[in-house]
Amino acid sequence: MKLPSVKSSFLAAIAVAAFLAPSLAPSAEPKILHFAFQGELKSVDPYQINESFSLSVNGAVYEGLIRRGPDLRIEPALATSWEVLDPLHWRFHLRKGVKFHEGQDFTADDVIFSVNRVKGPGSDLKGVVPADAEVVKVDDYTVDFILKTPNPLLINQWDTWGIFSKSWSEAHGATEATAMNATTPPYAGLHANGTGPFILVSHEPGVKTVWNRNPNWWDKPIGNIDEVVFTPIPNAATRVAALLSGEIDWMDPAPLNDQARVNANPGTEVLAGPEVRTIFLGMDQTRDELGHSNVKGKNPFKDVRVRKAFYQAIDEDAINKKVMRGQATPTAVMIAPSLFSLSKDFHRFPFDPEASKKLLAEAGYPDGFEVQLDCPNDRYVNDEQICQAVVGMLARVGIKVDLNAEPKSKFFASISAAGGYDSSFYLLGWTPTTLESFNVFQYIMGCRDPKTNWGGNNVGGYCNPKVDALARKALDEPDEEKRDEIFAEAWRISLVDDVSYIPLHQQALAWGVSKTTHVIQPPNNSYRFAWVTKD
Amino acid sequence: MIAFILRRLLASIGVLIAVGLIAFAMFRYVGDPVNQMVGIETSVQEREQLRHQLGLDQPTIIQAARFLINAARFDFGVSYQFKQPVADLIGARMPATLELALVASILSLAAGVPMGVFTALHRDSALARLFQALSLIGISLPTFLIGILLIYLFAVVLRWLPSFGRGDVVHIGSWWTTGLLTASGLKSLIMPSITLALFQMTLIMRLVRAEMLEVMRSEYIRFARARGLSERAIHFHHALKNTLVPVITVVGLQLGSILAFSIITETVFAWPGMGQLFLQSIQNADIPIMAAYLLLIASLFVVINLIVDLIYAAVDPRLRIQLHRAPV
Repeated sequence: MKLPSVKSSFLAAIAVAAFLAPSLAPSAEPKILHFAFQGELKSVDPYQINESFSLSVNGAVYEGLIRRGPDLRIEPALATSWEVLDPLHWRFHLRKGVKFHEGQDFTADDVIFSVNRVKGPGSDLKGVVPADAEVVKVDDYTVDFILKTPNPLLINQWDTWGIFSKSWSEAHGATEATAMNATTPPYAGLHANGTGPFILVSHEPGVKTVWNRNPNWWDKPIGNIDEVVFTPIPNAATRVAALLSGEIDWMDPAPLNDQARVNANPGTEVLAGPEVRTIFLGMDQTRDELGHSNVKGKNPFKDVRVRKAFYQAIDEDAINKKVMRGQATPTAVMIAPSLFSLSKDFHRFPFDPEASKKLLAEAGYPDGFEVQLDCPNDRYVNDEQICQAVVGMLARVGIKVDLNAEPKSKFFASISAAGGYDSSFYLLGWTPTTLESFNVFQYIMGCRDPKTNWGGNNVGGYCNPKVDALARKALDEPDEEKRDEIFAEAWRISLVDDVSYIPLHQQALAWGVSKTTHVIQPPNNSYRFAWVTKD
Repeated sequence: MIAFILRRLLASIGVLIAVGLIAFAMFRYVGDPVNQMVGIETSVQEREQLRHQLGLDQPTIIQAARFLINAARFDFGVSYQFKQPVADLIGARMPATLELALVASILSLAAGVPMGVFTALHRDSALARLFQALSLIGISLPTFLIGILLIYLFAVVLRWLPSFGRGDVVHIGSWWTTGLLTASGLKSLIMPSITLALFQMTLIMRLVRAEMLEVMRSEYIRFARARGLSERAIHFHHALKNTLVPVITVVGLQLGSILAFSIITETVFAWPGMGQLFLQSIQNADIPIMAAYLLLIASLFVVINLIVDLIYAAVDPRLRIQLHRAPV
């Protein structure tokens, strides 16, 4: 948290020098990237929280065996190549001559150590390596992963699973991701030592984090940044002002309401693109009586006609136009088009209030009913406004919706498994961390099984064993195209036949950037400092 | 006097315990901390295990008692979010907040007192009316709006001042950091301190004005005039001095509310102080930080109240006598 005194007096000297004699600055000015985000960087130990911001920013320091390109395609990183000897046996060839920032050589021991660390206590990334997988060192630059069940998606999340140095972690007592009952401050929470393109200089939690370019990186950076300064700016108006005034070069998110202003300003622009997160509505399909409704003794959402009636009552195009200012991408599937090759074959049920009313009447609710809609108000882009629009649209077909909009800390506490899935009707967003369909079937569509966490985020409790069987069958299929065909079948059953969920849209991600700063925006909203160029 | 201080200290321990208990009773409503600590895919078992490790599965009263007992030994626990000791986190943020509060207090005094005197002495002048109008703005406009307006004008349009942060800081000793010694630090301080000072300044100006008007009507002022003293001596030696007694009290007590108001100012300017830390911790349901911050602010109020009482006694001899006689 505190800089060592030598460094700080040095910084002070620079500050004084800059103040007294600005003209003495060296001619080749270092390219400093000023980056701001609405939230803080919780820790510089990437294993501590499975949160996309933290994983992505810490990825500048810690690299995985693989990485993802701008189109999210898997590329070799610390592993130069790998082969699947048989479906249960993967072999990875490691990059030679790579050094950690503090000089340690990168070898197979570091990979095995990182497997244990990521599966160990305090880690929130336990899922990246199957619990029953066995990791074997073949030689210093070859590692085998031996699995108990086939898993073609084994490496899909490994771009954010950074490799730690074994000797460094052992020397500093950082062999475990921070345990919560730790009495001494965890070393790896304030210091970092990876192999990546940037070296952590200082980290003041919630205040400021600084990185310098790693001159000895094994790869050439696409960009030209020498130093990155990250500041959390929680207030949206201040974040916009800081961008307009040129104090920061890059910020996320650019609030929808201010995007016109950012674009009107000559030096700045909004960089928008579809995000891989899908926003959808879910309905309780397990309880015999809804927890938050005036219908007693039965659960209307168990009737597929009611679910379809809700679906057809919602005018997603209007939501996109009015609430999302045209920046969202309406969707018929629960996964982004960029992550599922057959998504073009799916179409939303048409918006049709008359059909909706008819379906409700057929299901025995000609006069509609009352239900509570649970909605976060600080999690997704304009989440509460989307819910308000839904309330109005459902009112037109006779459904009276009580909106319960809450901060995310309260919202997730009640709708999650730990809160007993306490919701009848809710809005949620999902980004598959593996960037493919299986993850969605596993967590959102799957029949709930508390023992394996299968269907763990399936709040409404939708369950169709046929869909589960298809998803598991897809996992045995090594060919991606054939896999997507199996997934398509599962999507058809779950979304078209069963109307298990009401998908709304892919929200847009919107960065504010200065026009002299050129960034690459991948759809999983990751921030890659090595890809940034400043004029 | 010592008995008085001891009695007050005992009472303040009671206040702090009450604050701790009330705080913990309220934390149930900020949401589930475990949810904010793990990713959405984390299983129920792992969540429950974490909840157990943190002691969050115990009754509120036990959690509060454990916190208070540890706090008495200055152990405030580890932040759920940052996994760092809360004392370190708050300690690192404290200089920023104290510096801001101090500068804001000085600003509000330096501007508020002369403006108050002026508006009292020249009630009908145009400048006095302008001050009055300004003070109305200061009292009625919310802090965050003033902050945003200042940022828009001075950072975005004129580009004279930075819109956020604290600029470069210099480390003094092992934990104090100051922005007062660098150019960017001083520049960064201007807008937040004005934003924070505006309300206090208005309050002080109105208070000084009212007191001054009151005093100017009193007999000893008339008597001083009769003695043939200069207007200047009457205004500043006799009148102002007598108006300052209530002003000291109010300013002292307001120091506490400056710290409390600084939460909003700090958030608007992304000022890395305790207020911003506290607000972040509410969003994250980071109970150890919230509890420690509330306790700290409560202690500050207790200490400020005590000091104000003592100063008051020092300034006003009548109170000194009462203090000796009657219990509080």
